[in-house]
Amino acid sequence: MNTSDTLKGYKGSAKAKLKEMGVRVWSDVVVRTAKGEFKGVILPRSETEDDRHVVLKLHSGYNVGVRVDTIQSIEELGYKEAHYKIPERDFPQDAAKPNVTLLGTGGTIASRLDYRTGAVIPAFTPGELYGAVPELADICNLKTIKLYGVFSENMGPEQYVATARAIEKEIEAGVDGIVIGHGTDTMHHTSAILSFMVQNSPVPIVLVGSQRSSDRPSSDAALNLINAVRSAAYGDIAEVVVCMFGPTSDEYDLLHRGTRVRKMHSSYRSTFRTIGDIPLAMVYPDRFTYLTSDYNMRRKDRLVQVDTAFEEKVAIVYYYPNMQPDIIESLIDHQYKGIVIAGTGLGHVNKPLYKPLKKAIDSGISVVMTVQTLWGYVQMYVYDTGRDLLDIGVIPLENMLPETAYMKLCWVLGHTTEHEKVREMMLTPINHETTEREPHNGYLILQGGIPEVDTFVSSLRK
Amino acid sequence: MKDTESGALHNLKNNETKTYEELGLKAGVEIHQQLLTDRKLFCRCPAGIYTEDHDGEVLRHMRPTLSELGEYDGTALMEFKTKKQVLYLLHRDSVCTYEMDDTPPFLVNQQALDIAIEIALLLGCTIIDEMHVARKQYLDGSIPTGFQRTAIVGVGGSLPYNGRTIGIRQVNLEEDACREVNDCGHTITFRTDRLGMPLGEVITEAEMHTPEDVAGVIEQLGRLMRVTGKIRRGIGSVRQDVNVSITGGTRVEIKGVPQIPWVAPLVHNEAWRQKALLELREELRRRGISSGTLRYEIHKLSEVFRQSRYPPLRKAVENGETIRGIKICGIRGLLNFPVQPGITFADEIAGRVRVIACLDTPPILINTDDFPKYDGQERELTAIRETFHLGIPDAVLICHGSDRDTNTAVDEIRLRIADAIEGVPNETRQAFSNGTTDFERILPGPDRMYPDTDHPPVKITEYRVRRILRRVPEKPWVRGDSYLRMGVSEHIVKEVAESPRATFFDRAVRDLDLGSKLIAELLVGKMKALRRSGIPVEAITDEKLFDFFSEMARGGVYREGSESILTTMAWNPDLSVKEILEKLDMTPWSEEAFRDLVADVLSRHPDEGGKNPCSHDKFVRIVMGEVMREVRGRFSGRGAADLVREIMEEE
Repeated sequence: MNTSDTLKGYKGSAKAKLKEMGVRVWSDVVVRTAKGEFKGVILPRSETEDDRHVVLKLHSGYNVGVRVDTIQSIEELGYKEAHYKIPERDFPQDAAKPNVTLLGTGGTIASRLDYRTGAVIPAFTPGELYGAVPELADICNLKTIKLYGVFSENMGPEQYVATARAIEKEIEAGVDGIVIGHGTDTMHHTSAILSFMVQNSPVPIVLVGSQRSSDRPSSDAALNLINAVRSAAYGDIAEVVVCMFGPTSDEYDLLHRGTRVRKMHSSYRSTFRTIGDIPLAMVYPDRFTYLTSDYNMRRKDRLVQVDTAFEEKVAIVYYYPNMQPDIIESLIDHQYKGIVIAGTGLGHVNKPLYKPLKKAIDSGISVVMTVQTLWGYVQMYVYDTGRDLLDIGVIPLENMLPETAYMKLCWVLGHTTEHEKVREMMLTPINHETTEREPHNGYLILQGGIPEVDTFVSSLRK
Repeated sequence: MKDTESGALHNLKNNETKTYEELGLKAGVEIHQQLLTDRKLFCRCPAGIYTEDHDGEVLRHMRPTLSELGEYDGTALMEFKTKKQVLYLLHRDSVCTYEMDDTPPFLVNQQALDIAIEIALLLGCTIIDEMHVARKQYLDGSIPTGFQRTAIVGVGGSLPYNGRTIGIRQVNLEEDACREVNDCGHTITFRTDRLGMPLGEVITEAEMHTPEDVAGVIEQLGRLMRVTGKIRRGIGSVRQDVNVSITGGTRVEIKGVPQIPWVAPLVHNEAWRQKALLELREELRRRGISSGTLRYEIHKLSEVFRQSRYPPLRKAVENGETIRGIKICGIRGLLNFPVQPGITFADEIAGRVRVIACLDTPPILINTDDFPKYDGQERELTAIRETFHLGIPDAVLICHGSDRDTNTAVDEIRLRIADAIEGVPNETRQAFSNGTTDFERILPGPDRMYPDTDHPPVKITEYRVRRILRRVPEKPWVRGDSYLRMGVSEHIVKEVAESPRATFFDRAVRDLDLGSKLIAELLVGKMKALRRSGIPVEAITDEKLFDFFSEMARGGVYREGSESILTTMAWNPDLSVKEILEKLDMTPWSEEAFRDLVADVLSRHPDEGGKNPCSHDKFVRIVMGEVMREVRGRFSGRGAADLVREIMEEE
């Protein structure tokens, strides 16, 4: 074994000291320092930390960092390497239960913690998942496929295409529902692109993750997973949906349509919200409450259409006052094929951008307009600014969310770059990415502090 | 519960120490002391705001996470068996989304860390170079994350006590937990205001050998921490866990002892409880019962009690509850075995069933060793004997509740009997004021500690330690000796030395020409009297107090005025000393002004002066009283008396 393994994460003077003392990570040691004596196990050190401390796990379970320049001697008493293993139990099979496939993309929807290092080890095989969330066996027969192991922010076209293909294969093989374990940061990007790549699915395709990692007793992971698997196995909605906590309390999950959902809080459990519409259903551990009948129902056939076209040279430009033309020029220079603008108000940008935008459109780049207010429609006829932009050839995208518009433009430009064709495809909804009407309860951001709102909110479990 | 007598419950009046020594009593304490900070430990919420109402609720469950060996920690599993709903009550004034576990921690409160370092230094600990925040799992719901953030600040200190030295294992900085509101059936409710407040935890080695020593060491530690002036005082601001074991017994943690007078009886009773459980183990062994030979049988008994004249169980059947019994072979008579004053082994089993199976409607358990007395009991007893084919040496324990909970309960009864075969189970026990304890949870192991990946390690630099070391106050006992030499009255030395104003006292003595005696009397005597009459003298900052004392040293105000000045300062923390003196008009009077006043007072009593020499002293007192009422501390008292006499002589 080379020293990079035996001195995991240590560098510089700390590494030199450990080498000098002839000890390694997982050595059970007595460290004698100028200040006193410490007994414990040497832990790996995070690579981002300095090279002046050695980390020990004391026998009480606490960790401490000991300064290298105070260390007089380290005596190895033993060696206690941590083993990363999740207990596996055979996932029970029951012919009477539906079959669900869980596709893993890298999120740690179920995991176990390594108590020595604090590292989270994902549980993924059915046997591991059964060990961690035994309730799953009461719901379905579970099959798992690990597609890749990436953080949510590293998901990209390659992963989208592979996921769509995997879904197609499972549906054709006759599965009753699909669950996709996913990190939460870009879950709504993935749900949007899958809504376009996988159309006319006969079964539910449910994306799920967790806001508190599953190594925590208070995690939302197990309940999210149970509810997602139930939605896939028994739910009636054969669409790409996101299944995440409704309130922050452990009560129910919401099923959000893949094209209308967005992560709206950096850390809350109830971070996912349907924007400009209402969610499709509430999922309790023992029942579904459908909130609308406007969805694609589950079918027996296997007539799914998978189309994985994808143009990568597309950018979102989040407009801000004083934006300079060079931002757009730069996209033209770098041969971008599409630009999604998140404009102010009803869909506006400042005058200095008209010229470069016109240049972009004239050179064959598709430029589409969404609103950074997230709620509401692009309406470019109201003000002159809007009309000028329309004249240039900017395509207004109704109430499509900017991230959804980005994914759709990538997908559309994978098919054609012809301006009118792009316009037509962008404005023809595939699954509610634009809607004709915005219901009045599709925009509900209750303003805390107002007495009647506070009274109402205190009567609910958040 | 019954009044019981047994070898286990000697009245230990004589030769106590020797008896504890024979038992092999070993005890250590963990003191949790709230630190006096403005904000909480890992978020920016204000610390110390308590509310009795709420404007939000969150419902959660705690799920055990797998341990390193792929098994659930004992405590974790137990808490999961209870399947509790945990309800948190929130109030906007005291919590943010951090306490709700909906926001990751902010960087640790530096003010709290400084105080923890100061306490560790006072105890002679080695300060850790780099602090690593750990998560300590608690699945009882008392912390919404399911773990407490905690970190070692110092290790290896010592505390002088009664001529010897008690080892201090470590000093930790950690966050406080929720306050329990109620625990009923499957729902436990917590108030979150206290959650996240910084606590200093001091852990001693298990080096105490008598109950009195445990109490004494706790008192000594309290004394030491108080001198920092940076800890919270009052109800609930300090809680201690006491760990007790005897030879052959097990470490049992008595959790959250709120008051020192409770400590000694609790330790005493725990020592004897362990002894009793060891005697019980011997008896079980004598009867040939081992974990391999433990035989039991479970039956539903709802039918037996359908017509019962025993109200609790008949009502249970009427309410659709299940009544379940478990026969344990060979234990007849042992359920009445006394383990604590007035508490039998059966009560001990009931305690565990109450917590784990969430059965809390009395009677939690009844049993055939001590069957309730009521009309027609024989009929039911006979039915039970028949159902179980009960042998003479056997006993049956009976519980009632939901089908699932009674299933959990009979299983737990079996497990508790199995534990009794081993001896003393590893438990955390809750303390009662009468010195007894009841089961709270199974004692968690070191497996429940793991690093907090949300918080980076914090370097504690030498510079920082040196800076804090400079302000670490003298230990109260060292301080007391030097105060005596300084001339502070003996009866208040201890109080001054242990007062949070002790550092202030040193500074005032050093920098002001007032004399240590006067300063001590003002600080302890006067301030205490004011506090007792309900005046919030804690609100007076050391700086303002120093300003006031300086003014006095300069002769700008007399000590006679201190009461009204301190009172006004306490109620008006925003006013400066100068403003207060102006407000009260405390400018000292000239001798001339004083003479004028005396003359004025005398003129109001034209006929009394000197007529009757016997009443002259009385007359002087009357005049003095009237004069002083008007002077209100604006003329020095002793000088005033002499001057009044002098003026009256002159008249």
